[in-house]
Amino acid sequence: MARLRGRGYASVNYPTGMNLGGDPSQALIHATTTGTFVVSLSSVDLGQGLKTVVAQCAAETLGLPMENILVDTADTDTGPHCMGTFASRGTHRVGNAVIMAAAEAREVMLAVAAEELEVDAGDLETDGTGYIQVKGAQERRIHITDLALAAHFTHGRTISGRGMFLKEKNDPVPETGEMDPDSCQAHACTVAVVEVDDETGVVEVLEMHNAYEIGRALNPAMVAQQVEGGAWMGMSHALFEATEPYYPARDHGPRDFTEYLMPGAADIPAYHNAILERPAGNGPFGAKGIGEMTANAPIPAIANAIFDACGVRLDTMPFTPERVLRGLDELRGYHD
Amino acid sequence: MRYKTNPIDRTYFPDEPAPDFNVIGSVVQRSDALGHVTGRSSFFEDLSPPGLLHLKAHRSTRHHARLATVDTSEALAVPGVVRVLTHADIPNNVFTPLKLIGVQPDDEPVLAEGKVRYLGEPICAVVAETEAAAQEGAARVRVGYEELPAVFDVEEALAEGAPIVNEYHGHNYFTYEGHHCRRIRFGDVEAAFAAADHVFEWRYQSAPIEHAPTETTGCVVVPQPDGRLRIHSDTQACFFTLDNTALILGTPFNRLRIVGGTVGGGFGGKVDVAVEPVACVAAMLTGQPVKYVYSRYEEMQVSSPRAAERIYIKDAVTADGRIIGRKITLYVDAGAYSRHSPYGTTKAAAHLPGPYSIPNVWADCHCVFTNRTPSSAMRGFGVTIGDFALESQMDRIARALGMDPLRLRLRNAYRDGDLKAHRKVAEGTALVEVIQKAAEMVGHELPEEYRRMSSMDGGGR
Repeated sequence: MARLRGRGYASVNYPTGMNLGGDPSQALIHATTTGTFVVSLSSVDLGQGLKTVVAQCAAETLGLPMENILVDTADTDTGPHCMGTFASRGTHRVGNAVIMAAAEAREVMLAVAAEELEVDAGDLETDGTGYIQVKGAQERRIHITDLALAAHFTHGRTISGRGMFLKEKNDPVPETGEMDPDSCQAHACTVAVVEVDDETGVVEVLEMHNAYEIGRALNPAMVAQQVEGGAWMGMSHALFEATEPYYPARDHGPRDFTEYLMPGAADIPAYHNAILERPAGNGPFGAKGIGEMTANAPIPAIANAIFDACGVRLDTMPFTPERVLRGLDELRGYHD
Repeated sequence: MRYKTNPIDRTYFPDEPAPDFNVIGSVVQRSDALGHVTGRSSFFEDLSPPGLLHLKAHRSTRHHARLATVDTSEALAVPGVVRVLTHADIPNNVFTPLKLIGVQPDDEPVLAEGKVRYLGEPICAVVAETEAAAQEGAARVRVGYEELPAVFDVEEALAEGAPIVNEYHGHNYFTYEGHHCRRIRFGDVEAAFAAADHVFEWRYQSAPIEHAPTETTGCVVVPQPDGRLRIHSDTQACFFTLDNTALILGTPFNRLRIVGGTVGGGFGGKVDVAVEPVACVAAMLTGQPVKYVYSRYEEMQVSSPRAAERIYIKDAVTADGRIIGRKITLYVDAGAYSRHSPYGTTKAAAHLPGPYSIPNVWADCHCVFTNRTPSSAMRGFGVTIGDFALESQMDRIARALGMDPLRLRLRNAYRDGDLKAHRKVAEGTALVEVIQKAAEMVGHELPEEYRRMSSMDGGGR
C-alpha cells in the first residue's frame, strides 16, 4: 500500500460579462457638502468585494483618497439600474459605469475649483490627498471639503456625474453559432500536485500553482482572495461535491453540511500564485474580472494529477475515494 | 495590517506601459471585512418587523405526478396558521425568469398547477404566526398523486417515446430558433477526421453541485402604509428580482422596492427568483410582513444546483500534435424547468472548443429537461464543467501521443488574430504566457522555441 504522488496541468480562458451582452449597469455620483462623494448603485456585493473595488475606481478617477468615497447600493428606490452580480460582470460593468460617472463629476469639480482659484480648469490637478491645486504652483490649492461647500453655497453648483456601461445585445446566428458573446477573456494555468492513497482511494491536494492573466489587478489582496477562494471551490467540486452522488439516480442526496462534504482548513493545499497583466482596452483600468473562473482550472488539473499519480482516468465528477478505488481495481484486473 | 498578495510578473508583456495609479493596484481593506469578522454585519434576516408571519412550502414527494387532490383543511386547522396559498392565489402563476431578456416560453409555476415535475416542487405555501406552525401546517397538507413515468437521464429524455417532462415545451429540449440544440458549425470536422493521423473520442460526466452559501436563500416582505411592498432580500440582482416579481404579481413595477445588501454568499443560486413572488402574495393577502427563508435541506435539495453535464469530445489530431478538428456533443441537464439553463447552454457553446485554435469545430449543445430539481446559474456555468472535459481531453491526447502536456497546449493555444469557432477574432489573448509562467513556477522545462512563443505573433490562423 502506498501514497502515490502525481502532477497535473490545465489551462483555461474565461469570458467577462453576461453572455451575448445586453446587460447594462448605471452609476450616479454626487458630492455632499462635506466633500464626500456618494456612489449610488443598485448592484449587490456578494462578499467578493464589489463595493470596495468600485470605490477604488471612483477614488482613482476623482483623484481623491478612499476616505472621500461612500458606496450606497442595493436599493431599487435609491440606486440606478444594474443587471445583477453574476457572469463575472460586476468589476467590469459597474467599474466602467463608476469611472464614467466619476469622470463627469471630476470635470465639474475642476470647473468649480477653477472659479475659486481664478485659473483655467486645464491648469488644475488633484494631489490624491484631497487637494485640487494649480499645476506647478502647488501653494495655490483648495481642499475638496472647502470646494464642496463653495460649490453648494457660493456657486450654486452640484458636483455630480452619471455613468453607464452597456455592451449591446448580440444574437447568435442559429445555423452556425456565429456570435459576439464576451467583452474580454482572462486566462489561467493551474498545476496541481496530489497524493493518492491506493488503499483508501483518498486524494489529497498538496500544492496548487496558479498563473493568472487578469488584465489589471485593481486590488492585489482581493485578487489573491479570488484566486485562492476559487481554487478551494474547484478542489471541492473535484473531490467532494454532488447533491446527487450517484447521478442520474436521485437517491443518497445530502441534506446538510454533515452529509455534503467540502474541504476543511486542513485540506487546503499550499498555494503558489502569480499574476500577469495584459490590460483590456474595454476594462476598468484594464481589468477583466475573474470572479467566476478561478474554480475552473483546478478541477481538470486535479483529474490529470490523479492519473499521473496512479494511472486512473476519472472522467466522472466528483473524484471520490470510491471512484478512485474502482479505477484501481480495474487497473489490477479486479471486478465486482 | 498585512495582506497576502500575489507577485505581479511584468516580464511577459514588456510593452505594456508601467501602471501609474494612486489607489488602483494598491491594497484597500474590503469594506465588509471588519463587520464580518466581528459578527456585526447585518443580513436581511436580522429584520423582524412587528406582526411578522412565516411561510413554509408543502413540497412534492413525487418525481412526476398528476395532482388528483390537494386538501388544505388540516393545515388550516393548525393553531397559528392564517392562510394556505395555492396556484390559484398567484396572479400570473407560470413564468420563466429570463423572459426579461426575451427567453420563451413561460414554463414554470410558482406553485404547482395540475402536476408536479420534480421531487420537492412547491405545491402549497402555508403562512402562519410562527415558524413552527408554518412547518406543522405544511406537513398537514394532503396531496393525492397519480404517478407518471419519470425520466432522469439526459440521453434517455431525448430518446423516442420518453415521457414529456414539461408540456410548455412539448418535448424534452429547449428550442433555439427552430433548432433542437445550440449549434456551432465552423469548417469541416468530417474532413478533419479523414485527414487526421489519430482520432480520439472520450466521454465526460458531472453531477449536480450545490451553491452552499452560508446564508440560505430568503426574503422578508414588509407592506408599506402607501400600499407598496418593501422586499428585503439576499438576491444577487435587485432589479432582476423586482421585474420578475412584478410580472408574476401583475402589479406596476413601482409598487415594489427591493432592499438588498450584505449577502452571505451567492454563487449564482440567488439569481433565481425563488422566494420573493410567493412571499409578496402572502403579504398582500394578509396585509402583514412575511418571511420566507429556505432551510438548509431546501437549499441543498430543492434550490437549483449547478447542472449536471455529459460531454462527448471527438478530436482529429496530427502526429505532431496539432488538433485539426473537434466535435463536441454536450447535454446540459436543466431538470424540470428552464430557469437560466438555456442561457448557460449558449454560453457553453460560445466557449467551445476551449482556448485553442482549431480550424474545424462542430458542436451540438442540448439543454435537456428531466424530472429533476431544476438547475440554474452557478459560478462559471457553461464553462466550468466544459473545462473539466476539455482539459482532461488535452491531457489524454498528450499521453496518447507521448507528448509533454504543456507543449501540446502551447502548440494549439489561441493567439491574437485567430478566428474563434463562433467567428469572433481573438484579441487580448494570454494563454501562451500563463502556460509559460506556470511551467516556470514548477520548474517544468520548455525548449527554447516554446519559451519564445507569444500570444502576439503567429495568430491569424
